Amino acid sequence: MARPVRFNIHPILADTKDSISMVNMPEGHAGEGFFATKLSDVVGLARKNSMWPLPFATSCCGIEFMATMASHYDLARFGAERLGFSPRQCDLLMVMGTIAKKMGPILKQVYLQMAEPRWVMAVGACASSGGIFDTYSVLQGIDQVIPVDVYVPGCPPRPEAILDGFMKIQDLVGEERLRRRNGEGYKQLLESYGIQ
Amino acid sequence: MSLSNETIKAKLSEKFGDQVSNFQEPYGLLTFESPKEMNLKVMQFLYDDEELRFQFLTDLTAVHYPDKAAKELAVVYHLHNLIDNIRIRFKVFTDINSPDIFTAIQLYSSANWMERETYDFFGINFLGHPNLKRILNVDEMDYFPMRKQYPLEDQTRIDKDDAMFGR
Repeated sequence: MARPVRFNIHPILADTKDSISMVNMPEGHAGEGFFATKLSDVVGLARKNSMWPLPFATSCCGIEFMATMASHYDLARFGAERLGFSPRQCDLLMVMGTIAKKMGPILKQVYLQMAEPRWVMAVGACASSGGIFDTYSVLQGIDQVIPVDVYVPGCPPRPEAILDGFMKIQDLVGEERLRRRNGEGYKQLLESYGIQ
Repeated sequence: MSLSNETIKAKLSEKFGDQVSNFQEPYGLLTFESPKEMNLKVMQFLYDDEELRFQFLTDLTAVHYPDKAAKELAVVYHLHNLIDNIRIRFKVFTDINSPDIFTAIQLYSSANWMERETYDFFGINFLGHPNLKRILNVDEMDYFPMRKQYPLEDQTRIDKDDAMFGR
């Protein structure tokens, strides 16, 4: 029997009451018609809720990331709706999967092409430590070639774990001092990786 | 099927006498060896002979036998007669201190990359190879990873939790 045709003439409007979350206002002084707070808080608020991730997916962790991006786990809830596939537009490098030693220079080049401020997340055992591939051809953790902000354990990690790592990144981004990237410590960190 | 392992063996013995030796047939695959200086002569004969016609090099690799003194490295050629559909395996052994073997590129063009790979992993020096450099590993690598002279794991490493890796 053919399915009856439904004419959507009486659409049910989505009940969004109390189900849309807004970020909290940063600490500050509010009065009638004005609100005063720190610039770094506002910048951090804006940055952390509009991350542009660059997925660098080489293996099975990338499959988990696809699930994370898709509607069920929905990374877009955290403001990371827009995946950029050009490093020049992105501020979060998500490395997912085994990085062979031959891939190391390419990963570093992708990192160098990203503009400051940039963050790096190592997803899964292989990207974090080489994982089970304790061998001559595999890089034993991407922190040998680029600095990493957040490590997500798991082989592969569940999408929840990737989301948790992403929220850790958001915390870092939100609390970052505006002058950190110009500071001496950051310069030394990059120099320890041979990055000018 | 005109060509049989016995025929191949007889023809080789007739041509090279004692120089080809150690004939075996594991799983029906005729296997033999010769001194490493003879590798091109033997393969040229296998290639040119009107009856043998082994004109296709299926595989070329090496094996490291750390316990065989002065014969540590074996270079293994898998040859295929496409007309009679017969395969044979041909080995030459070499000292690990002078792993020099003549290249087979003049006979089989497919030997080019396979010899580079064998050099990459076992350090066999193929004399006469036009471009003998690493093909799979990073260029900076200063060792030959498939030689059995490294511990399976570096016991001094501290960057991995032993309990997590079953040590």
